[in-house]
Amino acid sequence: MSSTAHMHGGIGESIKRKEDGRFLRGKGNYLDDFVLPNMLHMAILRSPYAHARIKSIDTKAASARPGVVAVVTGELMAQHKLAWMPTLSGDTQAVLATDKVRFQGQEVAAVIAETKYQAEDAVGLIEVDYDVLPAITSPDKAKAEGAALIRDDKDGQTDNHIFHWESGDQARTQAAFAKAHKVVRLHTFYPRCHPAPLETCGCIADVSPATGKATIYMTSQAPHAIRTVFALVTGLPEQNIRIISPDLGGGFGNKVPVYPGYVVATAASLLIGRPVKWIEDRNENLISTGFARDYHMTGDLAVDENGKMLALRVHLDSDNGAFFADAQPSKFKIGLFHIVTGSYDIPTAHVTSDGYYTNKAPGGVAYRCSFRVTEASYLIERLVTNAALELGIDQAEFRKQNFIQPEQFPYTSATGWVYDSGNYPKAMDVALDQLGYAELKKDVEARRKKGEVTGIGIASFTEVVGAGHGAEFDILGLRMFDSAELRVHPTGKAILRMGTKSQGQGHETTFAQIVAEELGIPANDVSVEEGDTDTAPYGLGTYASRSTPVAGAATAMVSRQLREKARKLAAHLLEADEEDLVWERGKFYVKGSPERFKTIQDAAFAAYTNLPEGMQPGLEGVHYYDPPNMTYPFGTYAVVVDIDKGTGQVKVKRMVAVDDCGTRINPMIVEGQIHGGLAEGYGIAFMELITFDDEGNCIGSNLMDYLIPGAWETPKFELGETTTPSPHHPLGAKGVGESPTVGSPAAYVNAVIDALSPYGITNIDMPVTSDKVWAALRSKGVTE
Amino acid sequence: MKVTMRVNGVERSADVEPRVMLVDFLRSNLALTGTHIGCDTTSCGACTVQVDGEPVKSCTVLAVQAEGREIKTVEGLATGATLAPIQVGFHEEHGLQCGFCTPGMMMVTSALLERNPNPTDDEIRWAISGNICRCTGYMNIVKAVQHAAQLQSRTPAMAGGGE
Repeated sequence: MSSTAHMHGGIGESIKRKEDGRFLRGKGNYLDDFVLPNMLHMAILRSPYAHARIKSIDTKAASARPGVVAVVTGELMAQHKLAWMPTLSGDTQAVLATDKVRFQGQEVAAVIAETKYQAEDAVGLIEVDYDVLPAITSPDKAKAEGAALIRDDKDGQTDNHIFHWESGDQARTQAAFAKAHKVVRLHTFYPRCHPAPLETCGCIADVSPATGKATIYMTSQAPHAIRTVFALVTGLPEQNIRIISPDLGGGFGNKVPVYPGYVVATAASLLIGRPVKWIEDRNENLISTGFARDYHMTGDLAVDENGKMLALRVHLDSDNGAFFADAQPSKFKIGLFHIVTGSYDIPTAHVTSDGYYTNKAPGGVAYRCSFRVTEASYLIERLVTNAALELGIDQAEFRKQNFIQPEQFPYTSATGWVYDSGNYPKAMDVALDQLGYAELKKDVEARRKKGEVTGIGIASFTEVVGAGHGAEFDILGLRMFDSAELRVHPTGKAILRMGTKSQGQGHETTFAQIVAEELGIPANDVSVEEGDTDTAPYGLGTYASRSTPVAGAATAMVSRQLREKARKLAAHLLEADEEDLVWERGKFYVKGSPERFKTIQDAAFAAYTNLPEGMQPGLEGVHYYDPPNMTYPFGTYAVVVDIDKGTGQVKVKRMVAVDDCGTRINPMIVEGQIHGGLAEGYGIAFMELITFDDEGNCIGSNLMDYLIPGAWETPKFELGETTTPSPHHPLGAKGVGESPTVGSPAAYVNAVIDALSPYGITNIDMPVTSDKVWAALRSKGVTE
Repeated sequence: MKVTMRVNGVERSADVEPRVMLVDFLRSNLALTGTHIGCDTTSCGACTVQVDGEPVKSCTVLAVQAEGREIKTVEGLATGATLAPIQVGFHEEHGLQCGFCTPGMMMVTSALLERNPNPTDDEIRWAISGNICRCTGYMNIVKAVQHAAQLQSRTPAMAGGGE
């Protein structure tokens, strides 16, 4: 089928994707496509109120509906000690509400019925009597005097404060600020948005009454970790739990957490003895599952008289919703936000943060982002452009003056990160060159003189991806390593299984290419499987751009391990000393006699048929890779915008994105990832918003209110690249999926602010909609 | 009530409740699960099928409204092992990632190519503006459709794929 099917498919080859065939034919295996014998359907009743006490729940009418098998309430779950569950951030979360509802859309009860239509019918008949309480919809309201206590279920909790967390050196930072020539401040709100993968979340729980085995099909980016969490929550023995994460219709962080629906469906299947399917609808997805961002940030940047950055001070208030259920490594309450010094050689920094409960959905996830690095990157890049504008220095020049220089790597940042590698000036130069920056600036000047509103935005982001290492980064104590198991069959074909889980990233192709490169078996002869915990080796899953940095490294290592065994087999077949064999991708030959060779396929066959004395048969192996450090992809993005004075409409004229993600395994797939991230970044910058009214009603609860960019709005992208391999990754790869979402929002908004800067406008919070731009222009008398 | 329609060239009928949506009829009654549900509100286009050659979002059409109509779904694009030009285009130009929007995108764009064999990039973007893709940023979808247009112009007999 594919025009590249004949290619070897080693590293750097843009072979077409191996997984495409089933998707193109409508034969993908997404969760809702599975139909099990005797399967029931579940629908969830959710709270219409953001904050209310439950006085009573009457399920009689619902139970009497045709087809209804059971109605599950919090009371029933409590009888099985499952009314509450632990969160990934060490808090608790209600599975089905027993006492109060704490956000609009919270799970209150569930109906299990023969068909999904019957389940939905009955949900509407459950009668809940609520006593409505005041809703708290922001950190400011959460900390106000006399604010209602949201988490009155928690012993010792007397207010809505969750945590205080700090990083950096306060005293040194204060001293640097005292000596500063100038301090530039930016207060900005990175609003709540939502990953909104096109496929919503869901599961089919199938607990066999005969064997006790719980097979749970689940939209999960991290099936192994989920299995362990399920074992801990339910008390089921872990070997009796099998999580199968089938084809995922996107994830972007949304499919990392455990949601109440999974727990209820599993409990229902256990109690009823039949499979139970639960698929959330789009409204449920947007109002109740893992949101992103919602950080109120204030940054101060101290600079000297020459424009050298001296210190950075940041405070943020984090809005965590009703339960602290952020998906992030245990130690870090604000994720990896403390990488906020970004690409700059800032001698000292101090970051403080406070988290608050609010009557909003819980579960802060990293929407296409490595644990909150997006918010950090946005703050520093917006602050740097504002500082340049305020200081009257060109924003590219100001960045270059303050970049960490190539010779400074490995570089230890003010908050303790050890950046593995980088060449920031080079990426900047490539971007400026591609943009034609010098000419463009003249054009902007000329057009401004004519009264036009136009500007250029730049962002030079540094990412931090590929968690672990395991000693520092863990999820609920599970070290963040990953794995690859490679089995080479006698005929020289192979199967590779990993602890990660693709959601569209093309793992079936990319990881086959690593085997093709390192073990010499053509990519088309390597099938890649993920997502079934009964068959795949344990790993922490796919998020935080960690698949290639961690599982990709594991794949390279296991391939090399098998190559060494193959060398011994080839030496045996050639009756040569293994020291005398030379490896050339796909074969070993005798040094000086290239015509005397054995292929990797010959060696594989020998592993099962013709072994040297004492060698174990087979050519199979597994590697668990705990990376020595994170990887640090980076790049420079540049955006040009025109703004219509009359309407405030922003038109993105150009978007140049130069990415350095180290070695690119399949450049076509890498570029596809970048396109997608730039589009989601555009959505976040200009369109996507989950917000709430004073009663805590979620605005943005469907795709008519939560605006996702379509082909018409999305700008065209111009890509560029530099390559600075990671020094510690076996292939030099760094991960790329999230860089464009991390780097691009600031570039887009910086362009708008640059365009508006002649009028004294210094900030507009995202999403930068036409009405906000128009209001800002109007406030300055620019438009009527 | 009984509903009868031609789906991918074959007459199909079933007893359904009057309220059953076309997408549920296709997925549940006919096991044609290539047509996906992404929003239930006609916003995302994952459920797009062709009804009498026109792209239609099947999550807000009742099955009974399709009575007597000619329905084409993603499963009807290829002819046996031979992919239709639009499918080849999506593969060759990396026009899909997670694949969830892909059937809807292909049903819209194959209909576009039927009435406009040589669309401009903007005409393609306008045609798919009712279909959301969360993965690709649309760049390669546009290329995929152009690729298919070129294939079809070279081999007119293949136009429209396998019927």
